Amino acid sequence: MAKVFIYPATSLILSDMVARFGHNPLSSATAIRERVQTAGLESPPLQITPEEPKKGLKWAAVEVPAGVRGRMSLYGPMIEACEAAIIINDADLAFGCMGCARTNELIKFLVHQKPIPRLELNYPKNEEEGVKFVAAIKRFLAELGGAK
Amino acid sequence: MTDYTPAHVGTVTKYVVVESFDITPADLAIRGYEISQGAMIKETCFGLVVSGKEEDVDRIVRGLRLMDPDHIFVKDRGFPPGDSRRCRANLGGARPGYNGLEFEMTVIPFVSHGLEELKKRDAATIPPPENPLEYTSLDITRLKNLMEAQES
Repeated sequence: MAKVFIYPATSLILSDMVARFGHNPLSSATAIRERVQTAGLESPPLQITPEEPKKGLKWAAVEVPAGVRGRMSLYGPMIEACEAAIIINDADLAFGCMGCARTNELIKFLVHQKPIPRLELNYPKNEEEGVKFVAAIKRFLAELGGAK
Repeated sequence: MTDYTPAHVGTVTKYVVVESFDITPADLAIRGYEISQGAMIKETCFGLVVSGKEEDVDRIVRGLRLMDPDHIFVKDRGFPPGDSRRCRANLGGARPGYNGLEFEMTVIPFVSHGLEELKKRDAATIPPPENPLEYTSLDITRLKNLMEAQES
């Protein structure tokens, strides 16, 4: 059972596909859950404390805005832990402020730098593309081996 | 800053999203309540939010998936159901994160079709989708057709 990083990290479709075909999806929900269920200082809504941008220094330089570093404290450990990655390139839902945009660029860059199996896709726009989309994910995950 | 004491520690929360002609979120909720046994289940407009111990949630999700495997989708959620930091009952408007779910709901019918087709066809025989990172030059025939369409 391989740890598969998914981008967008909140994607319902990718999260479901990876789990459905027997692997472990690394999504932002699990990172947020860790913080929400850990005692500490109250920092709503996501329990991102001033400590997080410091942790993010591992992946982004000090002159990079704190918003990017704070987000990287969620995604950085997942990128380090992942054994494979599935990236959807036309995910407009991942848009947002400059913090989100720059973090998305950094996430894609770090995943591309890592020597792991990687599947690049676009969202399907019709039924035939849907078949190709699912078949590509199934083949990719089967090649990873060790499915549950 | 005040101290933070988390609630529902050690629990797992999952969304169960249904996009089906045969099953409604209400049907899913009734089946969910039947097999819940200790887990918390909340019915929503798109499906259910199931929260509880990991083994309970996994068992419920497995049971719910059997109702319509190709049209029921599951993903993790960070917050427990009804959490005041996320629940729209407290915030008003759409729940943060719903925009992403709403967009993917428009794509899910194509994915469901893909899952159904893969039961009839071998995945190895289906051609790969276009690589989005690959630069494709404009085909000369297509260019000619475009020019002819402009001229006519």
